[in-house]
Amino acid sequence: MWVFHFAGASCNNCDIEILDCLTSRYDIERFGMQLVGTVRHADVLLVSGSINRKCRDRLLKVYNQAPKPVLVVAFGACGCTGGIFAEGNVFAGPVDTIIPVDAYIPGCPPKPEAILAGIVKLLNK
Amino acid sequence: MMIKDLFYFLIFPGMIFSVVMGGILSWSDRKITARVQFRKGAPFLQPFFDIGKLFYKETILPEHGARLTFLAAPVFALFSATLANVFILLPSIFPGSGFKGDLIVVFYLLTIPSLSYIIGSLASGNPLASVGASREIKLIMSYELTFILALACIVIKSGMSLSISDIIAAQQEGGAFIGSVSGVVLFIVILFVIQAKLALVPFDMSEAETEIAHGVFIEYSGSAYAIIKMARYIMLFALPSLMVTLLMGGFRLNGFGILWSVLKLGLILFLITLLRNTNPRLRLDQAMRFFFIWMNLIVVIAIGFSIIKL
Repeated sequence: MWVFHFAGASCNNCDIEILDCLTSRYDIERFGMQLVGTVRHADVLLVSGSINRKCRDRLLKVYNQAPKPVLVVAFGACGCTGGIFAEGNVFAGPVDTIIPVDAYIPGCPPKPEAILAGIVKLLNK
Repeated sequence: MMIKDLFYFLIFPGMIFSVVMGGILSWSDRKITARVQFRKGAPFLQPFFDIGKLFYKETILPEHGARLTFLAAPVFALFSATLANVFILLPSIFPGSGFKGDLIVVFYLLTIPSLSYIIGSLASGNPLASVGASREIKLIMSYELTFILALACIVIKSGMSLSISDIIAAQQEGGAFIGSVSGVVLFIVILFVIQAKLALVPFDMSEAETEIAHGVFIEYSGSAYAIIKMARYIMLFALPSLMVTLLMGGFRLNGFGILWSVLKLGLILFLITLLRNTNPRLRLDQAMRFFFIWMNLIVVIAIGFSIIKL
């Protein structure tokens, strides 16, 4: 599975945890996963960070550009529910109000173990 | 006769065999990369899963662009890579087969995949793809001269014969070419040319993932990208086997010969992967200078050595 990473208004903590998964201790390539640079090759759209009004259209655009079937993962507390930004002025709703979400990986930021657990659930789907 | 040719082209040593071999080589490339980075690496069947998965996905066509050219380019890449592979491997499997001048045909066939990537990416109308295509064109211009000079040097060493089976025969009589001084120099030069032809890391500016997002392949998805992947696997097999054929005495498919063939391929792949993992990406002008000045100079020296039979 090839993963394309869409970072919304992320605080970068989730992104660093994703990088952890690529390094030698957790090594996500064991499950055949790679990060790809373009959404045209993506099988998984990983959305991290809170989605504000500016990001919303871009997220929709990226989702429409992905070749279907594509799995969407809402990553981190902001992606799943909105976290501390849920009542913010510019917050445009958690990811599942914008595009259909296949898996949620909660946490602020999620631990690499949690990410691996989410991935295995996604692979068995 | 027709059916035999089709069998050679489609099954062995053509498309299916070379895709499987290329997949295995691609897996070993990923595995070696992972071990260099102290990781575990991908499972063995992953390259084949990737291709299967891509065939199952949607293929998106560019809205503004030449759609037919966009779709035809990967097919041309796949067929010419397969054909090159057949011409490279047949003289090893059936000694004496092939025709006069097939070395030149192989040289041209090995260029066609890069050319068709360029055409396909320019047909997509994506600005990043056209940046990638222009880089690829400049890279082709810089390494092809080196490559043809290296092949010329091999022709001189084999006593002016242009057919691959004669070159193998010359090596079986007088020892593999890599045993001589010029052979070692040629080995190094062709290794760098292969690296550039496969667009691996020191020379991967045409598909630089981090700056222009896969460059020439940015718009490809689904089956079209699967065909590109297959063509790239075949190239990953065809170029090292060309090197084995021209410099290291060719493949021998009997008894210990099979083990030796696998070891030769493995050695070249290992060197390619190590080069890929220990070098940063060069700028385009650096790569062009590298090939135009240094590699060409070294090849000319190798030609000089081979004329005085060293």
